[in-house]
Amino acid sequence: MKVPLPARQAVAAVIVVALLAAFPLIGGKYEIDLIARILVLAIFALSLELLVGQTGLVSFGHAAFFGLGAYTTALLLQDPDPRSFWLILAASMLVAGAYALPVAALSLRTRGVYFIMVTLAFAQLVYYVFHDTKIAKGSDGIYLTGVPEFSLAGWVPFNVTRSLPFYYVALGALCLVYALLVALGRSRFGRALAGIRVNEQRMRAAGFATYPYKIAAFVVAAMLAGLAGFLKATKDGYVNPEMLAWHESGAVLLMIILGGLGKWRGAVLGAFAFVLLQEFFKNDAVFGEFAKRWQLLLGFTIIACVLFLPHGLIGLPARLRQREHRHG
Amino acid sequence: MNATTFLVQCLNAVQYGLLLFLVASGLTLIFGAMNIINLAHGSFYMVGAYMAYALAPFVGDYLGGGFFTTLLVGLLLSIALGYVLEWGFFSFLYEREHLQQVLMTYGLILIFEELRSIIVGDDVHGVAAPAWLAGTIPLGSLMTYPVYRLFISAVCLLVALGMYLVLSRTRLGMAIRAGSVNREMAQSLGVNIDFLYRLVFAAGVALAVLAGMIAAPISSVYPGMGGQVLIICFVVVVIGGIGSVRGAFIAALLVGFVDTFGKVFFQEAAGVLVYLMMAAILLWKPEGLFRQG
Repeated sequence: MKVPLPARQAVAAVIVVALLAAFPLIGGKYEIDLIARILVLAIFALSLELLVGQTGLVSFGHAAFFGLGAYTTALLLQDPDPRSFWLILAASMLVAGAYALPVAALSLRTRGVYFIMVTLAFAQLVYYVFHDTKIAKGSDGIYLTGVPEFSLAGWVPFNVTRSLPFYYVALGALCLVYALLVALGRSRFGRALAGIRVNEQRMRAAGFATYPYKIAAFVVAAMLAGLAGFLKATKDGYVNPEMLAWHESGAVLLMIILGGLGKWRGAVLGAFAFVLLQEFFKNDAVFGEFAKRWQLLLGFTIIACVLFLPHGLIGLPARLRQREHRHG
Repeated sequence: MNATTFLVQCLNAVQYGLLLFLVASGLTLIFGAMNIINLAHGSFYMVGAYMAYALAPFVGDYLGGGFFTTLLVGLLLSIALGYVLEWGFFSFLYEREHLQQVLMTYGLILIFEELRSIIVGDDVHGVAAPAWLAGTIPLGSLMTYPVYRLFISAVCLLVALGMYLVLSRTRLGMAIRAGSVNREMAQSLGVNIDFLYRLVFAAGVALAVLAGMIAAPISSVYPGMGGQVLIICFVVVVIGGIGSVRGAFIAALLVGFVDTFGKVFFQEAAGVLVYLMMAAILLWKPEGLFRQG
């Protein structure tokens, strides 16, 4: 009997989450921290997928919102007194969203390559503000002095900056964001965004004011990136301007394309693939002396992936089936 | 700020702007003619700077040395590099979406950086300007200005003039312009478009390499110099209007002036100014100053 697709997907999602939840049982501290880092990046990648994959707006400045979330967290934790986890989380998301609103309103007047460049320009702006001025210790970066206090109705179950608690907080956050985005994608709002991606003229003709929809998508994406930035800062205890640099915007764009655009799971898969590939090529047990040259292999792998997997990793099964079909 | 300081800053701004133009013109030419977003263009600039450093000893040993001989060898190598890269890599990108081009050329950046690290290492190097260009000329009673910077401006101006003449006055330039407007139509009228693309690409690489080579004595040679110049060149290309060489020229000078005087008047906010200007210009003209048809 063939199980219908949505049910199969739900089962797959539950299995993946269960496996991730069980991972700390077998993984050491290093592996747990590594996966936790990926979980945070997966949230970041998902937020960009909302823009690029769902709405068709290629932003090359998404790191700005990631970095703004992280810097908000760092600047709010400059004295040793504990501050509420939830308060800082809300502040990080709000700051990212507040900057995204004017950026979206202005940059959405352009399109195509120009939009890519304007978003980059607004991200560089934030980069230079934190890099050149003394707001947050300039290019040296800034340490978090305090710790966000994770409290549920007055009860503080754990110190969220420790490896294991952080791992589960990040996993929980990823599940929530994923569920939120899936729901969003199925809502009227999500359908409108998909319509804008496919044919904006027709959407406008159908009576949709597309401009506010795109602004809303941009702001939501930025707030989720701010959430990822908050988690990243909480985990590392340190923030520097490189988090805002265009390399970071490029890397996250790379993740979602590597994973496959148009599907939420592509973004998560891409974050895992990108970081694990990096770790694999850096592994000197496998590559010996050559591990220092990991960028070379990563570069070739990226090119090969685009050449042979134009639809990303999520397109891989379909491609294999196609090939079997041809040979079989 | 007195008149002499002002003059010095103006000369600096013009020199920086013209150098940017040299890199950005290749980028905009490749974009205009072949519709390719090439993130690896900054790497060509980096390759040029490292060539200026690494080729000098070889040229000294086998060809009798000399700044211009090194420049010439570098240019020939870069044309070969561009030709081979177009044939072996970029010609596969024409049919792809912009996003995929971004990805693949990003991969290329990583490869170039790592090859550079393997071949010449990660150290910062200085490159000496040739002796007869190393002096300074007096400006007013107190200030002097290095001759080499004037030399850079002169070279860039000559190249700009040459490009203008080739693009607007020759048959080759006509073919390039025709190919960028409509590829199939140009092809059916007898233009060998594959060869043309290869040529344009090689020229673009050579321009970036030339910029890197002549900039090496004033900027020194360091890892990551490609990434820095890449972003600012994209800004120039976008402000000028993608595909427009004339636009890139104006935009490069604008960026040169805003950046140089920004650093004089507001040290801390200097980095921001160029991007603010770009945002403002694009809001006024969403397709840049001189969008090609």
